[in-house]
Amino acid sequence: MSAAAMLSVRNLSIMFGGVHAVEDVSFDVNPGEVFAIIGPNGAGKSTIFNLISRLYEPCSGTIHYGDHDLLELPAHKIVRTGIARTFQNIELFEQATVLQNLLVGRHRHMSANPLTALAFLPSVRKSELEHRRKVEDVIDLLDIAQYRDERIADLPYGARKNVELARALCAEPTLLLLDEPASGLSSEESDDVGFWLEDIKHDLGVTLVMVEHDMNLVGSIADRVMAINDGRLIAIGTPDEIRDNQEVQQAYLGVSA
Amino acid sequence: MQVLFKTCYEDDIRFLAKTGEKVRVGLVIAALLAAPLWLQNYYLAELGLLLVYAIAGIGLMILTGYTGQVSFGHAAFLGIGAYCHSILISHGVPFSVSVILTTAFSAAIGMALGRSASRMHGFYLAIATLAFLILVETLLGEWTSMTGGYAGLKVPALVVFGMPLKAVWQQYYLDLFFVLIVVMAAANLFRTSTGRSFLAVRDSELSARSLGVNVEWVKIQSFGVSAAITGLAGVLLAHHLHYLSPEVFNVLESLKLMLMIVVGGLGSILGAIFGAILISLLPISISFLKDVLPPGIGQQAGLEPLLFGLIIVLFIVFEPLGIYGRWMKLRYFFETFPYCRKSSFVRQKSYLRTERLR
Ligand SMILES: Nc1ncnc2c1ncn2[C@@H]1O[C@H](COP(=O)(O)OP(=O)(O)OP(=O)(O)O)[C@@H](O)[C@H]1O
Ligand SMILES: [Mg+2]
Repeated sequence: MSAAAMLSVRNLSIMFGGVHAVEDVSFDVNPGEVFAIIGPNGAGKSTIFNLISRLYEPCSGTIHYGDHDLLELPAHKIVRTGIARTFQNIELFEQATVLQNLLVGRHRHMSANPLTALAFLPSVRKSELEHRRKVEDVIDLLDIAQYRDERIADLPYGARKNVELARALCAEPTLLLLDEPASGLSSEESDDVGFWLEDIKHDLGVTLVMVEHDMNLVGSIADRVMAINDGRLIAIGTPDEIRDNQEVQQAYLGVSA
Repeated sequence: MQVLFKTCYEDDIRFLAKTGEKVRVGLVIAALLAAPLWLQNYYLAELGLLLVYAIAGIGLMILTGYTGQVSFGHAAFLGIGAYCHSILISHGVPFSVSVILTTAFSAAIGMALGRSASRMHGFYLAIATLAFLILVETLLGEWTSMTGGYAGLKVPALVVFGMPLKAVWQQYYLDLFFVLIVVMAAANLFRTSTGRSFLAVRDSELSARSLGVNVEWVKIQSFGVSAAITGLAGVLLAHHLHYLSPEVFNVLESLKLMLMIVVGGLGSILGAIFGAILISLLPISISFLKDVLPPGIGQQAGLEPLLFGLIIVLFIVFEPLGIYGRWMKLRYFFETFPYCRKSSFVRQKSYLRTERLR
């Protein structure tokens, strides 16, 4: 299993001021699957994402993605290995338009040179138009054309969630980390997200890792689920197995095991 | 009301897509070109100076308005530009070569400052840039053999491509030429991925990083571009001042640049230009105020900085988008008349960062 794994995390630990936020967690994500991470508040789910995107430095452990040892890379080089992400609290570029946000998503594929930019050489124009076309594909996919020229600050919450997903897709990732993609959405919106994620998995062939509290969504699209509590791994299995797991139920009910 | 139908992606990267904008900008450029015909020399020189400050404002705007890095030390780059250029041409370097060298030198200093400042935020950055300004001011004063020290440095006459530009209108056209280039270049910058990475760093360093933006390098670049443009303004400023002394490039001058972009409207090139206009009108209003106010207040030494500070605070509180924001609202009002409602500009519901279901 580990040989075919796409993302492989081993014995990952991190402490914040003496508290183990993540402790000795190991898991593998296989190509093409939807892998969900669940756990009560403060369990360390977002922290795992932040470790993978290298925003936090682990105390110990390893993270490999394909042939890349992620711990050797700085945060801004992670997306070049094919990993894109969204944030739990929506981190969009508030004062920029939707289009500008999505184009920043293309950053990994564009060359940025201030001198040619100041002169707007023909080569720059050509590349701008080319990447614009790619962005339009994503806009069509997630149906956000009506917001294209709006500033993020003027968008409703649901639209922001979509735009953040779209921005991550613009990077053309092979692995997408989604931190609570359906949180704060109405049940219809959350159903839409479910369909889009299916599309992203099937049509774009992107592997998905998501943190999600909505067990309906998890049950309908996840292939495997990892449950954690207090930074420690409790169980990995199919959604049904996890739902029936005693320890997981205890963790959610707050009963000490 | 004009509805804009875009027909191809080109429309979005083209400047001035609307006819109205084209006409407005065309009129302004025509008026500026014709200015020597309808302005007396005194006002023409003032207008030239305004253009120079517009360049400096755009320089600071790129750093503070677009990249979100405050600098209270930008007068230092005006000083570096002015001194470097004056020293070069007094050693016989031609104007055109000196402009290029000075801009490059200023960019290099800017990048060095950017490198040391790239890990600082907010308050610490403000202090660091202020310290940089004091360092430069002191250096300009103490390095007597090079700069003439506190006694000052005479700026050689303006000669471009072997042609002495003695008349006011000639110098005015030189200023205008550079303003147009700088506006063009700045507008170019923000329709490319380099410019967008600046915006990204301003709005969220976290997601900029996760999308592949090298945040430290962006800050260094932004400091570099900003310093280059402000240094260029310094070159032109030298020829308006005729005589340089270190105290010209002090904290008050920095504050003036900051005032320009805050009042003009952060995050827009037009804002920097509005700010320059305001700054040029301010001395007139201040001297008017001095006459009106009772002598006890009017003759106080610190009146000018006090007013600068007061205006900045008032704008931040009541019109955070600056004059530019006002202008957008006015334009929107006329374009949509009679449909514009007051609520069009009431901010939409903003969401708490923690708002979510469990
Ligand atoms: N930057 C940080 N500094 C200090 N403590 C942190 C930091 N980030 C996370 N923690 C702590 O680590 C623990 C795990 O946090 P994390 O955000 O990963 O939880 P989570 O599982 O995502 O919870 P939620 O469902 O609320 O999003 C918490 O106790 C949190 O307080
Ligand atoms: Mg979380």
